[in-house]
Amino acid sequence: MKLVVDNSEPEIAIDSIDQNLIASIQNGLPICKRPYAKIADQLELSENEVIDRISKLLDRGFIKRFGVVVRHHELGYKENAMIVWDIPDDQVQIIANKMKSYSFVTLCYRRARQLPEWRYNLYCMIHGKSRDEVMNLLNEMLDSNNWHSFEYDILFSKQRFKQRAANYILNQGMLEK
Amino acid sequence: MSQQDTDYKTFEYDSYTELEQQLLNDFQHEFPLSSQPFFDIARKLGVEPELVIETFENLKSSGAISRVGPVFKPNSIGSSILAALKVPHDQLKETAQMVNSYPEINHNYEREHQFNLWFVVTAENEQKLDFVLDDIEKKSECPLLRLPLLDAYHIDLGFNLK
Repeated sequence: MKLVVDNSEPEIAIDSIDQNLIASIQNGLPICKRPYAKIADQLELSENEVIDRISKLLDRGFIKRFGVVVRHHELGYKENAMIVWDIPDDQVQIIANKMKSYSFVTLCYRRARQLPEWRYNLYCMIHGKSRDEVMNLLNEMLDSNNWHSFEYDILFSKQRFKQRAANYILNQGMLEK
Repeated sequence: MSQQDTDYKTFEYDSYTELEQQLLNDFQHEFPLSSQPFFDIARKLGVEPELVIETFENLKSSGAISRVGPVFKPNSIGSSILAALKVPHDQLKETAQMVNSYPEINHNYEREHQFNLWFVVTAENEQKLDFVLDDIEKKSECPLLRLPLLDAYHIDLGFNLK
């Protein structure tokens, strides 16, 4: 029997070495022959320890994936719509499970409402090469699930002012800004 | 980091070379955790390691790749929140730049809505998030939405370009 490991709730705290490591890799690896050795030098660790700690952060669920992060817009997916929904709280889990099963839905989150200004509690993101493509995908999802009775709003992105990795831990260079 | 991130180019995926497409699509998850990861990728694809490094560098500088690195589980290490401002149109650029000036901001988009400026704040803890948002609210003098995450059903698990 295969052991199923649920890593959805990482509990063991990260130590200060992990924190420094995260600060060094959160904006990406250096593109060079031995990137882990380069990071190890900065942190005065061995290359093996850097690799080992990244593997453990993955195993423990702190890192969800480790690899190439693409930017949709530069790859022809010019349109992205954030669709926000007002779903009764007792149905949100079921709807979200259905929503995330569509391959074109790249993100699906539940967030707090802020009443009275903001009634929406469920968010999903759809990327497409054109507005029509995004609308067709959305309509396909609405029709096949009969979700027309839910209140929703479509927020297409217009201008991008910033898109980069999150700074979970600010390093010295950023604080001097 | 430039204050404005609007001057970018777009290329269709099909216009990339075969090697570029492989590097963009095939290593979003299984990036090697080995001493010479680019060498290992080169061996797998049957090309020269120098070419892999050079191509990754070009994809990064053209903006097609944001980074090669970790995607963290939300709120497992630091804390993050989605926020939105309702900004009068003639103040949008100025307000967006003010928001961008905080190192805690990673995404910042104009969206088509009354609440037209949407951004993500990430910091080490919730107090720091509140501090940044209070500051932004005060400086912008605009209505602010604070939309903390309750459940992540589906997070960035890569994007199949094929």
